[in-house]
Amino acid sequence: MAKRVAIVGTGQTFHKSHRPDVNGQELINEAVQRALADANLTMKDIDAILIGNMDHFEGINYVDCWSVDGSGGVMKPVIKITTGGTTGASLAIGGYHMVGSGMFEKVLIIGWEKNSESDTTGAITTAFDPIWDRQVFAGAISGLAAEAQAYMARFGASERDGARVSVRDRKHAMNNPHAQLRKEVSLEDVLASPMLADPIHLLDVCPRSDGACAVIMASEDSAEKICPVPDWIWGTSAHNTYSYLGDGDWGRLTSMEQCAKEIFKKAGIKEPRKELDVIEMYQPYSFAGLIWIEDMGIIGHGEAPKYVWDGNTDMGGELPVNPSGGVIACNPIGATGLIRCAEAAMQVMGKAEGRQVPDVKFAVSTGFGGCMWTNMLLHGKRKPN
Amino acid sequence: MAEKEQLIIESGDAAQPFKYAVGMHGSKFFTETRDNMRLMGLKCPKCGKVYVPPRGVCGKCFVEMDDWVEVGPKGVIGTFTILRFAFIDPETGQQKPVPYGYGFIKLDGADTLLQHYIDIKDESKVKIGARVEPVYAKERKGNTRDIEYFRIID
Ligand SMILES: [Zn+2]
Repeated sequence: MAKRVAIVGTGQTFHKSHRPDVNGQELINEAVQRALADANLTMKDIDAILIGNMDHFEGINYVDCWSVDGSGGVMKPVIKITTGGTTGASLAIGGYHMVGSGMFEKVLIIGWEKNSESDTTGAITTAFDPIWDRQVFAGAISGLAAEAQAYMARFGASERDGARVSVRDRKHAMNNPHAQLRKEVSLEDVLASPMLADPIHLLDVCPRSDGACAVIMASEDSAEKICPVPDWIWGTSAHNTYSYLGDGDWGRLTSMEQCAKEIFKKAGIKEPRKELDVIEMYQPYSFAGLIWIEDMGIIGHGEAPKYVWDGNTDMGGELPVNPSGGVIACNPIGATGLIRCAEAAMQVMGKAEGRQVPDVKFAVSTGFGGCMWTNMLLHGKRKPN
Repeated sequence: MAEKEQLIIESGDAAQPFKYAVGMHGSKFFTETRDNMRLMGLKCPKCGKVYVPPRGVCGKCFVEMDDWVEVGPKGVIGTFTILRFAFIDPETGQQKPVPYGYGFIKLDGADTLLQHYIDIKDESKVKIGARVEPVYAKERKGNTRDIEYFRIID
């Protein structure tokens, strides 16, 4: 029997560049304890666990097995999902499917990463084809730089336009005690920071972080008993595009476009710009804050720079993006997509404290992966029909 | 109480040998490049899209491809970046030769882009749409390094 599904609790670590004081399962436990406390539940209430990260980052496989003391998975069903950058969002979608199926009443979802424990670029390289894609490859940044370059050529956007997005997200992060980078930056700071790969400066990109996030989902049978204002999942979507890096339609994120069309149609949202209240986007670098809101259908192609410069995506603007400070302020990769989901849920539940957008009825969270994949969830205050 | 000491375990210098099969389509591409300096793509019988790197199946149509067509060798820069930060290449254990031109090359007659190095001696010429041609290695071994880089010819 298909059930409606809601998020009833969330928990996060205080994400840092390096957490040598805890190992993986201890880090995971911090997020799990906070999510259980938030939902006022205990491990006894949890029917199954979904957990994931990008295990090549730590070089330790099977977190589903070795973390059970910390995750709460002792003698419970535990499933691992790992889909690269989208891992955290895929976990959320997987949890939605498990609870929605009616076979599990309450599911605990955990995303985590300790990026400090290995070489991030080296590990990312192992996700790409050894015959064709690795010779010139330079980690996440080369593809993102190529995307930004293509977007700039197509629509005449500038490095300043990108920098404006970094300034926004770093300002927003000041309101989020869980964010790693909590120091404002100016346009000049971004443009004067070292050029990593044209046109991307150091302050245009995400850091690497240690952190974990946990989310508890429950079916309509118990959601409102657990939580007075649960975050209802209205829909999910996932699309993957290519095999080799050169197959992409560079300068556009077609998977985002496809996810948005599908999810908004399902929910009857015709004007996302007006009907959505907040977006938590997996935006690993500044230019994505321009390109991807166009592909999401918030505004037309080439119109994002003006829309962002006019303050529409700032706190207090028409459609705030990343009140948490987003990925540019914090990126424990396997947790990152789930943090977007948790932050969107907190906005709907009215629990976002200093970063709360007033009266959120609809929120979108996304995940992004290196093969230009998109995962998306639509969160709402009202119970879906 | 004294500050706690937090220990880190390092993995050391271990090497991991891998042997990856190129497959019959990739092997055809590499032997043609090595022996004849010809670049080959596979054309989808259904949608007509020409794929480089060649692969057995057009994912969109989900049909097998076996129609080989010659592409390039000239083409244009589809998009690019110039890598400027130093990092270790996990394939070789050596530092990448930064700065280097990172190109997505649209070979004439192909519909996908081939990743390769671009010559950046004159950075002002490195632009999307610039015409390029491959510079072949003198000693070719049947891998992506048989093309040393793409040179701008505008
Ligand atoms: Zn086809």
